[in-house]
Amino acid sequence: MFTEIAQYVLNGLVLGALIALPALGLTLIFSVQGFVNFSVAAQMTVGAYAAWYAGAHLGWSPVLMLVFAFAVPGMLGIAADRLALAPVRRQSGAHTALMLAVVSIALNLAIENALRFLFGSDLNSFDLPIERNVRVWGLSVGPQQLRNLITALVIAIALAAFFSLTRWGKAMRAVADNTDLARLKGIEPRNLSNLATFIGMGLAGIGGSLLAIDTSVDPSTGSRLILVIFAASVLGGLTSLYGAVLGALIIGVAGEVAMIAMPPVYQSLTAFLAILFILLVKPTGLFAGAAGVRK
Amino acid sequence: MTSYLLFIGTITAIYALLSLGLVVSWGQAGMVNLGLVGFFGLGAYCSALLTKLGAPIGLGWVAGAALSAVIGVGFCLLTRTLRGDYLAIVTLGFGEGLRLVELNERWLTGGSDGISGIRAPFKDALGELYPWFYFALAWTLVALVAWMLARVLGSPFGRALRAVRDDEKVAAVAGKNVLRLKCQAFGIGAALFGLAGGLYAHFTSYISPDNFVVQLTIYIFLAVTAGGYSRLIGAVFGSLAVMTILESSRFAAEFIPGLSAVQIASLREFAIAVALIVIMQLRPQGVFGLRNERAGSARADAAAPAAAIPAPSK
Repeated sequence: MFTEIAQYVLNGLVLGALIALPALGLTLIFSVQGFVNFSVAAQMTVGAYAAWYAGAHLGWSPVLMLVFAFAVPGMLGIAADRLALAPVRRQSGAHTALMLAVVSIALNLAIENALRFLFGSDLNSFDLPIERNVRVWGLSVGPQQLRNLITALVIAIALAAFFSLTRWGKAMRAVADNTDLARLKGIEPRNLSNLATFIGMGLAGIGGSLLAIDTSVDPSTGSRLILVIFAASVLGGLTSLYGAVLGALIIGVAGEVAMIAMPPVYQSLTAFLAILFILLVKPTGLFAGAAGVRK
Repeated sequence: MTSYLLFIGTITAIYALLSLGLVVSWGQAGMVNLGLVGFFGLGAYCSALLTKLGAPIGLGWVAGAALSAVIGVGFCLLTRTLRGDYLAIVTLGFGEGLRLVELNERWLTGGSDGISGIRAPFKDALGELYPWFYFALAWTLVALVAWMLARVLGSPFGRALRAVRDDEKVAAVAGKNVLRLKCQAFGIGAALFGLAGGLYAHFTSYISPDNFVVQLTIYIFLAVTAGGYSRLIGAVFGSLAVMTILESSRFAAEFIPGLSAVQIASLREFAIAVALIVIMQLRPQGVFGLRNERAGSARADAAAPAAAIPAPSK
């Protein structure tokens, strides 16, 4: 019984580490740009297709494949932001953030259907060789899952270094923490928004590609996970990067452990219930200050 | 051809009802409901299941609308201290979560097979005339709802709602109960989504989770923005416009050679999504503009134009 639960927890941590990447992307974009960008879901799928195309078609090495899965959604994210969102952002009004959220959900649908147009609705698998699971203390984990976990960890460490050591990273955190104060110090939030979009969407892309390597990719890969991503981000308070990672791990573990009692199809529902629960108990998120509160 | 047009016309009325609901909650009170398809589905399933158990159809509709309203108000209360983004996330989650339940609770909803043989009002008695009857019924309902909403939104309650939308603090300082106003508006919106769901279920007599996907939410947002997102008349004309685009693109796509069915479908969805983005960029006030934005009546405006609550800067 104990081993069984430990196995679920382990699966949850592996899944949570992957969810953490898109959740970080969403949180980063929300922090810097101040609106909920629903198109992260489609960008996850873009990343997954980029990785699939580079890996299964072009035969690139895994590292190059992941770089590609970061760069393509990153660039596409900036292009989409310029084309679709920036003109709406310029009409500053009381409801700009909500207008942007609505536009971003349309953008999400547009990207998803562009992918469906190009690649069809079929499932595309990465055709990786089947490997034996690694077994330690009665727990079993797939080698690919281990590699995914390590990749996610490396990216998280690189991000942490970026945010705590570089000028750009510090400026971004300053904007996320208090936009007005950052502006007083001479940081122009708008200049950071491209970089935030690139990194945020790139993270979503890598997350999507790692999730797809384990299973397969189709045009709805990202949209299916949208609730799980949002739950992780909301759990962390929507503006806290560390919160997003912890939120993702908690959602991952909670979702897997819940499978003891619930059928696996309800994983998204667990995420939704987690959002409701958090909003009931601690509406500002578990790890952030009052950043999500209406001002 | 007539039966096709009647079908499309009735569906347009259902879209108009959904759009009217969105005008109340989004256009008038400024709250985004990204899960309107969830409330639509809730109304449809609620009414379908109740009438299967022998309840009269009217009761099914009322129950679907009431259940939707209760859940809508619940979400509104849940996110009362938070930015509007949270309400958007929660409602989106509700729509998706409900679809999962519809898909997987086979004992209740029939899973992906859906529910068929939903009772239709007076179908046997009317025979050939039935499509005409339902068409008239749906549009009468739209007219009735639009008339009632026009009365409500023209009243002091409507002005208070718009004040809340434009600036909650100002409304609160003026002594308005902001939370109550928001819950009422969101509840009215949700009730209309639920009612539209009931109308839909008994019209097509078959519902399945495939009828309640996020695309429909986009269609309704497009209809409402196209018609000016705070205007009731705009909602009706916006629904007509969206239905025209949807149905004409179905025929237009046949003229493009070498496309598979999946590609045609994705192209249509793509076009709708891009249309929404473009309209929100170019003309967020919509074709019908912001005529009912003023705080006072026409005469009061003429006497003291400065007293009018300014329209939000686009």
